[in-house]
Amino acid sequence: MTSWINPFQKKREIMNHLKERGRGEQILPCPACGADVRRSELAAEMYVCPVCGYHHSLRAEYRIKTIADPGTFKELCRSLKGINPLSFPGYDRKLEETREKTGMSEAVICGTCRIDGIKTVICVMDGRFLMGSMGTAVGEKITRACEYATKKRLPLIIFSVSGGARMQEGILSLFQMAKTAAAVQRHSESGLLYLSVLTHPTTGGVTASFASLGDIILAEPQALIGFAGPRVIEQTIGQTLPQGFQRAEFQKEHGFVDAVTDRRQLRQQISLILQLHERRSGK
Amino acid sequence: MNETLTAAQRVALARHPERPTAGEYIRAMIDSFLPLSGDRLHGEDGAILGGIGFFHGRPVTVIGQQKGRTLEQNLECRFGMPQPWGYRKAVRLMEQAEKFGRPVITFIDTPGAYPGMEAEEEGQGEAIARSIACMSSLTVPTVAVFIGEGGSGGALALGTADRILMLENSIFSILSPEGFASILWKDASLHDKAAEVMKLTAADLQKLGICDIVISEGKDGAHKNRELVFRCVEMEVERSLTELEKLSGPNLKKQRYKRLRNVGNFKEKLWQE
Repeated sequence: MTSWINPFQKKREIMNHLKERGRGEQILPCPACGADVRRSELAAEMYVCPVCGYHHSLRAEYRIKTIADPGTFKELCRSLKGINPLSFPGYDRKLEETREKTGMSEAVICGTCRIDGIKTVICVMDGRFLMGSMGTAVGEKITRACEYATKKRLPLIIFSVSGGARMQEGILSLFQMAKTAAAVQRHSESGLLYLSVLTHPTTGGVTASFASLGDIILAEPQALIGFAGPRVIEQTIGQTLPQGFQRAEFQKEHGFVDAVTDRRQLRQQISLILQLHERRSGK
Repeated sequence: MNETLTAAQRVALARHPERPTAGEYIRAMIDSFLPLSGDRLHGEDGAILGGIGFFHGRPVTVIGQQKGRTLEQNLECRFGMPQPWGYRKAVRLMEQAEKFGRPVITFIDTPGAYPGMEAEEEGQGEAIARSIACMSSLTVPTVAVFIGEGGSGGALALGTADRILMLENSIFSILSPEGFASILWKDASLHDKAAEVMKLTAADLQKLGICDIVISEGKDGAHKNRELVFRCVEMEVERSLTELEKLSGPNLKKQRYKRLRNVGNFKEKLWQE
């Protein structure tokens, strides 16, 4: 029986709710701790839960805003778009739908920017675009950005978030691993800095190529990082995986990540790393 | 060449339990083969067979993915699925080949890198990435021979070569057809359909510019024509090496990069049905 509830209270609740919505104040419950957090509050914390420190996924565009000096980002090969090279059934439509939904042409944005005044090439993947999977266009964009960095003698920063190689482009996706790894290797042989930042989740072919080849590798807290996915491993060994397996902290403990850095300190840390690798005036 | 087989039939032949293994090719082709063990960091991996020997008179480094015949052998080499320390051993041997100016020949036959707990703890992804990067930067000739299954990054780790030779019934794919079907269609039993759309046969890969030479296996597959297949592989490897040895080290490296650079050149539609 609910008849005893004050009808005015109900009305007040509805009015309050509408007012909230009018202000665009969305309440987002944290998927980790369940705390209700206002969107504005979350945005002020770079989408890190102020209660438990859970890192929400970021759009590539927003990620660049949190890292680059304002107004310094210039996109490279913006118009480059993937096709359906193996005529995989339904892939064209899937690409179109994803482009419409995300407003992106592919799963990575590449460009140049300054970070505390230091010029750098930056590539940022976006997990909304077919799970950030790497097909020919993603591989090509990253390779071109890397070649640009090599040619202009600039540092390279790549933010990874990816489910791995893109299935629909088959073997051609697999070869993007070789292409990007070779491009990063050339950049390295030129004596230039490559900083790899791993975010949730970075798995499969991206882990097994450029993402693991950084001179310095940073990871966001709790990010899932690995080659084989947890489900595949569980099927292979026939048991469930322990808590924290393949998380950023686990990777650090096993020596595959230099530091686990809170998103809110990431810019500062990247800036320091860039400063430490700046060429002295003597060259 | 047998042109009537479907992709699914070729997958079955590539996995045939009697199919010649990397060790058997090495025995047939390499004189005075000396196996070398270990990555000097963790241990020895039975799935990666490596060593040095003479091929037609010249010293070479050979690295192969080894499958077993008996259950016992297969437990030792995990059905040809390498661990991270296997890939690190491969890197060690490739760096050694670079130091002594020896060509590198790889034999690829793996369902994929081993997806176990220890493999993850030891950095499977990093190990594969390093192997790819190392192989792409060598200044000695490299030839990869696909003799059976070429599964995913685990195969690519030893497949970033100047020349890719494939046996007629060997395959090279982003994932096993079963895995592919279960990811994209949520049903692993559609593996035969997956094999058809994946373009994983040697002939398909030649059309895509990934495979350079397809080696015939005769009528019923390599396991029925062993001596013939060994001889054909030996001949094609010799031919590739002779060609590659004419190029200078830096040139080889440049050409290899160019080759990787152009795989899947998205500007034009690569596949016309």
